[in-house]
Amino acid sequence: MTKMLVGNVNEIDIKGSRKLLVGNTEIALFRLTTGEVLAIENKCPHKGGALSEGMVCGSRVHCPLHDWRVDLHSGNVLTPDTGHVKTYEVEIDPESGSIYLTI
Amino acid sequence: MSTLRKKLVMVGNGMAGVRAIEHLLKLAPEAYEITIFGAEPHPNYNRIMLSSVLAGGASMNDIIINDLEWYHSNGIRLYTGHTVTSIDTRQKKVYTDKGIESSYDELILATGSNPFMLPLPGAEKEGVIAFRDIKDTQIMQETAKTHRKALVIGGGLLGLEAARGLLHLGMEVSVVHIHEYIMERQLDEAASVMLRKELEEQGMKFLLKKQSEAILGKKRVKGLLFADGEIAEADLIVMAVGIKPNVELARKSGIEVNRGIIVNDYMETNTPGVYSVGECAEHRGIAYGLVAPLYEQGAVLAKRLAGVQTEGYAGSITSTKLKVSGVDVFSAGQFTEQPGSRALRYQDEIEGVYKKLVIKDDKLVGAVLFGDTGDGAQLFSMIKNHENIKGMEKELLLGVSSDALASPKGNRLETMADDEIICGCNGVSKGAIAEAIQSGGCTSVGAIKACTKASASCGGCKPLVEGLLQLYAGDNAVTVKEGICGCTTLGRDEIVAEIKRMELKTVKEVMNVLDWSNDEGCSKCRPSLNYYLGMLWPEEYIDEKESRFTNERYHANIQKDGTYSVVPRIYGGVTTPADLIKIAEVAAKFDVPMVKFTGGQRLDLLGVKKEDLPKMWEELDMPSGHAYGKTLRTVKTCVGSTFCRFGTQDAIGMGIRLEKAFERLNTPAKVKLAVSGCPRNCAEATIKDFGVVAIDGGWELHIGGNGGVHVRATDLLCVVKTDDEVLEWASAFLQYYRENAGWNERTAQWVERVGLDSIKQALDDREERLALKERIEATLRLTSDPWKQIVNEPELRKNFEPISQPETV
Repeated sequence: MTKMLVGNVNEIDIKGSRKLLVGNTEIALFRLTTGEVLAIENKCPHKGGALSEGMVCGSRVHCPLHDWRVDLHSGNVLTPDTGHVKTYEVEIDPESGSIYLTI
Repeated sequence: MSTLRKKLVMVGNGMAGVRAIEHLLKLAPEAYEITIFGAEPHPNYNRIMLSSVLAGGASMNDIIINDLEWYHSNGIRLYTGHTVTSIDTRQKKVYTDKGIESSYDELILATGSNPFMLPLPGAEKEGVIAFRDIKDTQIMQETAKTHRKALVIGGGLLGLEAARGLLHLGMEVSVVHIHEYIMERQLDEAASVMLRKELEEQGMKFLLKKQSEAILGKKRVKGLLFADGEIAEADLIVMAVGIKPNVELARKSGIEVNRGIIVNDYMETNTPGVYSVGECAEHRGIAYGLVAPLYEQGAVLAKRLAGVQTEGYAGSITSTKLKVSGVDVFSAGQFTEQPGSRALRYQDEIEGVYKKLVIKDDKLVGAVLFGDTGDGAQLFSMIKNHENIKGMEKELLLGVSSDALASPKGNRLETMADDEIICGCNGVSKGAIAEAIQSGGCTSVGAIKACTKASASCGGCKPLVEGLLQLYAGDNAVTVKEGICGCTTLGRDEIVAEIKRMELKTVKEVMNVLDWSNDEGCSKCRPSLNYYLGMLWPEEYIDEKESRFTNERYHANIQKDGTYSVVPRIYGGVTTPADLIKIAEVAAKFDVPMVKFTGGQRLDLLGVKKEDLPKMWEELDMPSGHAYGKTLRTVKTCVGSTFCRFGTQDAIGMGIRLEKAFERLNTPAKVKLAVSGCPRNCAEATIKDFGVVAIDGGWELHIGGNGGVHVRATDLLCVVKTDDEVLEWASAFLQYYRENAGWNERTAQWVERVGLDSIKQALDDREERLALKERIEATLRLTSDPWKQIVNEPELRKNFEPISQPETV
């Protein structure tokens, strides 16, 4: 388990996302309307679509390739499709807005 | 007074047996006290879905068919992790390895099968497995984390599914097959070769006509030696060469076995009170390894045990579908040609579509489909019903239209037996669907899907489900009001009317006021509301880029591997040597893997990394081609009177003028224009949204064409004399379309929906036309070049780059 400073909440648009590479794993960070920042592996279980490029609706992201929906909290694919995306723990420093990611 | 229930014991807790029990519980819920022994430590799960677990599409929980709660609530005593070791058929008792004895009145042997392991020297080494149960799946997943090379022995259905799963797990996979083409028991050579090519493109390798001889390695497998002396390296070997009915227990207990446990048409063995069903059973010489026949057997057995009159099981015609992502393969029945049969074939190497129908005595006896398996369920049903297809052959080969099927389908569905399987993926019978409609109150395909799982997987049986819905629900079918998406019950016109009436100005406001069921909508309604608001309030509305689809947010076209493509705008398809040099230099500088001409005569720079986009645009310094958005794409032109011997008007000039006039315009769906310089129509203007064709002394204006999924030729709107009139009509038409069509509705669909006459009428009045023109011009005046904007604004540009380099804390 490694904890890393990966940026500041200001660097992510609301309902937007940024990606980063840790080792060989691409991770997508999303910032929700609620202010939460969530991190998942940037890979749709269907055909590997980059989820960071998808549309964020509430706490779900729609894969840009074939519109699979992934719940950003649990990483679960929503019905009628099935599957799971890896999620990562995120902490935000309420003072500075720094984003810490634990891998 | 209740009579004592009879005791029913089942050995085996797999799909086929439990299916029979489920059926029996429906027919005679009070008749038996049921005990089930299962050797695996899990509840009953869907083995055919293991490949989906391996390929990452499903989790273990997703494939459990009946959870422990199900057994409990049906009063079934379940012993998992117990192996039945012997049967006393005279005392009518079974004994388990854990010391339990259980007496029975009726006994079902549903012991399934084991994978067949080739008796190769070294087969006991670590890293040599089958692909049969959850444990195998877990071993594959574990191995993939630490090892690279996998060999799958067996190029049949199971082998290919295992290989695809291993590929998904990131391993290098080679499939070893003894035959010269793969899946030879399900496919003919043509389809097999197409399949192999497709899988090779996905990264699978094949070692064909290879006889395995020995497995190499000390403790763990290192490689595989073939009879020809060659060696293939391997860290993991999966044997998927077939299954072997599990008959040991039956044989030991004196029940007649051959390859499988021999049963008659009522699934009875030669021993009174003992039945067998599933992969362990052999019926008329065949032991089936596919799910549909086992379900059919289960249905017959359940009726027998319930004392319900039934026709015996007469064997199954089987069909196969490969559950591998990106590949659609289907085969059914007798698909190789035999004396007395003839075959019809359709083969399209470009689209990768192959279809073969085998016909005997005017009846369809077999079919192979590759690339497009949409007709599989229909064809399979015709094969099973021995339908006479005389006169329909061509229609069947070239695709069955649903209209054409409407009438005969009704009849066929009516006469179909209740236990016939409609949905092969989930084993849902016609009877189950009929019941869902008649007593379950299902009135839509969606409800049937939620209730029975029919059509919930591949969807190939959807036409049949729709047919059954028509048959049993009649006028009650699909009365559910459908809105523009699942978040609202309101349709497009109602939403637009409310936005106008209440002067709603943001997406959020619309959702709040109109009672959206999802707070932030979905990928369907968000872009459509964004469009309607922008169309209605061009001056005030601030475009929500987060409600636009990826392509429109990043102003480039996302490709399947996550790269983008860039299409510089080239007005009317005319460029200059200087621009070409610039495009070439930028393409070379950024290592663009492919440069191609688009369908609209533009240059496409494909395979660009997202991070490179802003810099490329900066260096190109050309406006966006909008080759991706719901907007004006291109205006295609021919050479026209500028060079052509036949050209009657300046098509190039007209094309450039139109493209400059309408570039960046937001429209309900993509819009394509073309201008041809003479009636020879070389620019193919009559399959465009707005087509202009020069005639001597004027221009013909055409609308509502489409060259895409549903090809539609244009309707003639009118004939005009001057260039300015072309602009006037084009403006009026496009604005009228913007104001009246639904989001994502192409002009072709829209013209068909509202009718050509209504559009002609609306545009006929010059004053109305000019008013529309004024409105489109007002909108166009507010557009700006999105490429420049991104290049110049760091706030927009940051989204193209990864967030800062992570630092460990």
